[in-house]
Amino acid sequence: MTAIIALSLLGILNLFLGFWLSRKTIQAATLLFLGGSMALTALDWNHEMLWYGHMFHTTNTSISFSLIIQLAAFMVVSFSKGFGIDEEHTHPAEYYAILLFSVVGAILMVSFDHLIMFFVGLEILSVAMYVLTGSDKRNLRSNEAALKYFLMGSFATGILLFGITLVYGATRSFYLANIALAIANTPPESTPIFLSIGVLLILVGFLFKISAAPFHFWTPDVYEGAPTIFTMFMSTVVKAASFAALFQVLSGPFGTMYGTWVYPIYYVSMLTLLIGNITAAYQQSAKRMLAYSSISHAGYMLLTVSANQASTQSTILYYSLSYTLATIVAFGVVMLVAEYQTGRTEKPENFSSFEGLAKQNPGLAFCFTIALLSLAGIPLTAGFWGKFFVFSDIFNRHVYYPVILAIVMSAVGVYYYFKAIIAIYFKEGDIERIELPGLVKFAMWACTLGTLLLGVYPSIVKNLF
Amino acid sequence: MYLLFILLFPLLIGSALLIFKPKNAFAISLATSIIELAATAYVLQQASLSPVSFSAPWVAEAGLSFSLYVDGISGVLIGLCALLVPFIVATTANTDRANNSQFQGLVLAMQTALMGAFLAKDAFLFYFFFEASLLPIYFLAAIYGGENKNAITFKFFVYTLFGSLFFLIALVYVYLLTPGEFHSADIDVLYQTAKGLSADQQGYLFAAFFLAFAIKMPVFPFHTWQPDTYTVAPAQGTMLLSGIMLKMGTYGVIRLVLPMFPLGVATWGLTASILSVIGVIYGSIIAIQQKDAKRLLAYSSFAHVGLMSAGILSGSIEGIQGALYQMVSHGINIIGLFFVIEIIERRTKSREIAQLGGITQFSYPLTVTFVILSLGSVALPLTNGFIGEFLLLKSVFDQNLVLGIIAGITIILGAVYTLRLIQKSMFGNVSRITADFADLTFAEKAVLIPLSALVIVGGIFPSTVLGFSEPAVQQLIQWFK
Repeated sequence: MTAIIALSLLGILNLFLGFWLSRKTIQAATLLFLGGSMALTALDWNHEMLWYGHMFHTTNTSISFSLIIQLAAFMVVSFSKGFGIDEEHTHPAEYYAILLFSVVGAILMVSFDHLIMFFVGLEILSVAMYVLTGSDKRNLRSNEAALKYFLMGSFATGILLFGITLVYGATRSFYLANIALAIANTPPESTPIFLSIGVLLILVGFLFKISAAPFHFWTPDVYEGAPTIFTMFMSTVVKAASFAALFQVLSGPFGTMYGTWVYPIYYVSMLTLLIGNITAAYQQSAKRMLAYSSISHAGYMLLTVSANQASTQSTILYYSLSYTLATIVAFGVVMLVAEYQTGRTEKPENFSSFEGLAKQNPGLAFCFTIALLSLAGIPLTAGFWGKFFVFSDIFNRHVYYPVILAIVMSAVGVYYYFKAIIAIYFKEGDIERIELPGLVKFAMWACTLGTLLLGVYPSIVKNLF
Repeated sequence: MYLLFILLFPLLIGSALLIFKPKNAFAISLATSIIELAATAYVLQQASLSPVSFSAPWVAEAGLSFSLYVDGISGVLIGLCALLVPFIVATTANTDRANNSQFQGLVLAMQTALMGAFLAKDAFLFYFFFEASLLPIYFLAAIYGGENKNAITFKFFVYTLFGSLFFLIALVYVYLLTPGEFHSADIDVLYQTAKGLSADQQGYLFAAFFLAFAIKMPVFPFHTWQPDTYTVAPAQGTMLLSGIMLKMGTYGVIRLVLPMFPLGVATWGLTASILSVIGVIYGSIIAIQQKDAKRLLAYSSFAHVGLMSAGILSGSIEGIQGALYQMVSHGINIIGLFFVIEIIERRTKSREIAQLGGITQFSYPLTVTFVILSLGSVALPLTNGFIGEFLLLKSVFDQNLVLGIIAGITIILGAVYTLRLIQKSMFGNVSRITADFADLTFAEKAVLIPLSALVIVGGIFPSTVLGFSEPAVQQLIQWFK
């Protein structure tokens, strides 16, 4: 709780710092702020508390998700070198400030007890993301991405809000606990039909945000068009926060309506897995491949949500963390290589520009490989356990077909992740040594070692609660 | 604790080699593998008295534990693995791979993965190593492989991974039926749980498990990755693949499939045996027509493993004992033979059987060891291959006479392609490329002579291995009979 106040204030402070400090110092300051807020968040561990008229609820679950979000933001800031854009046109202070504000939104999204609080959090996060997506002002693709994201995003928000309204109409409350009570106290035959419609509309709003098929069409363009550093942020923070919120909404107040929302989720997740994976296999651009892969990971996580088991929450937590660590490294390496290749090739993000990376940059290649292996779900990496927990949760529900599809799709996943691995190790290329700033090196190795550690000993996260 | 040591020691040194890239990688690697062999021998000596085990909590909230154990069955396999790796490392002597720390590091990492799969008592731990072993071998083959390596090794990787995913699913299914809040994946608990499954369920589960192992071995018609991969991989990679890694498949069938799904085996076992025997004959016939010696050996390995699979599926004591014995013999013979081909290739730059000839005039020791190893592979009496193949064929005969007779043809076909290989390469007229064939070096002799000796020793004293594994095999059979 104190963390969101601190982050908001520090964000404003950050804006002012831009007048005096150099880019490097602001980056260091932002890292310091995030580190401090993480410490503040962690202090609440085991102190369950309600704030703001019971609208904001800190539990161990919400704290763990908040920590993942802030960790992701921390890594993203470490990777950013004043956001890659040329000297003159950068506004580091503003970007870092917006980033901090969006983190506040994301934390609200994982700690709400009231649908309006959730909505406020979602909007803070989304508006910040629209701005960041279009931050590369002179790049046409970035502008296009921002506009697309904004239009689709606000449309989704509208649907979500409409759903919340209907639910309010049916239950006369925004509080999760009261909604649950109202639903439980209404006999099934007298439940108004618009309650179910409301739930489904909320679900659709979420599916937009997590880019599940058939609501995913904005994702590849936005992910590709946005500066890679923000793609990294979008695909980790927004995903983790949205999934945590989705599960909280569905399992809490609407847990008794399991039958209403579970089938749409099955179909959507199967479609998402199919479209995400198969389209990813055809991509020439590594960045676009990662965009589709992020769609497919949404499919796996949706499957977990549909399981709605006691262990589901920790599975989502584990999956989010493993996915976040791997995605940050993957996008980070794509960004570094693309920056190196700018001007050398027409499409610096294509697989072909990665050829021969391993020769002069063994460390970079190793981290990238571990990240991809983790995304592919190969043992020794965190991704394997993520998939394992997902499958075992959903199996507990005695649901088989989506799992079998998910498994076949994991094999497809191996195919496209390995395209990148083959390019960096086994193709000839002339990439020279890429010099990495210390912070980038630190972030990359921290994520990689985290992935390996979670891969060998998943208990450290899985039995947090 | 010894188990933990023999599991992690190669990985530890292997990672050190990969990270620090020392100059004398060959010496370090060889020393490591010999220490590993000594430690394993000590563990086996302990295990021959009573099973040795080690257990530590791993993923406690999912009921998974890091438990290892050595009984008569896994003991044979870890013994094989520890025995072969020093030879495999030694085959790199005096080549540019000898002091390539990356290469040696990957070989040692591979050893840990293989040891882990054989040592695991928790089924997920088995799966974990089963899959993890793909990584080092993939990189070995894809970095140091021959022509068209990218596409071939990639196919190998995706194909085997795809199969094991079904294994994972089926495993999760059984695991979720285990009692207790957190479930358990301990192999003994899985045995118990699987007992309660209906014949239908066991049938599906058998199919899912067997698919993974059938791809790994490989059994017809899942073998299409194998000849290409064996041919394209560097010689040491091929030795690891054929000498040890394919045994993970046969070991998996013995350890997991037979005791867990006896009803599934009853329903589908014959079909699977027929596929295996088709592989035996098909592999042998194709081997006869091969022009490339390495590819010929790849098909011969495919044929041999088909017989092991058929023998295991018979579920009899002869079948399982024979398969265990044959796993050891096949491991010894096949790495010896691959090394002979590697030696020929080093000197002549060719593996084309038609281009070779008359090598015996230049290297008598090579001819002798090659002949002994081949005879082991053909299963001549007094060689190690004979014991295994005899027991295996007997078990198949007992199960199904027709199948037994068909499988028996393998001995004839095996003799045809092996003797043809010897004849065309060692005897006959000296060809242009064999004209100045250098005799074996000391390092090459140091590998081939002990291996040939093992062929004979294995043929005369089979009871060392068979006696070691018998109690465990008896117990296993008691369980599902």
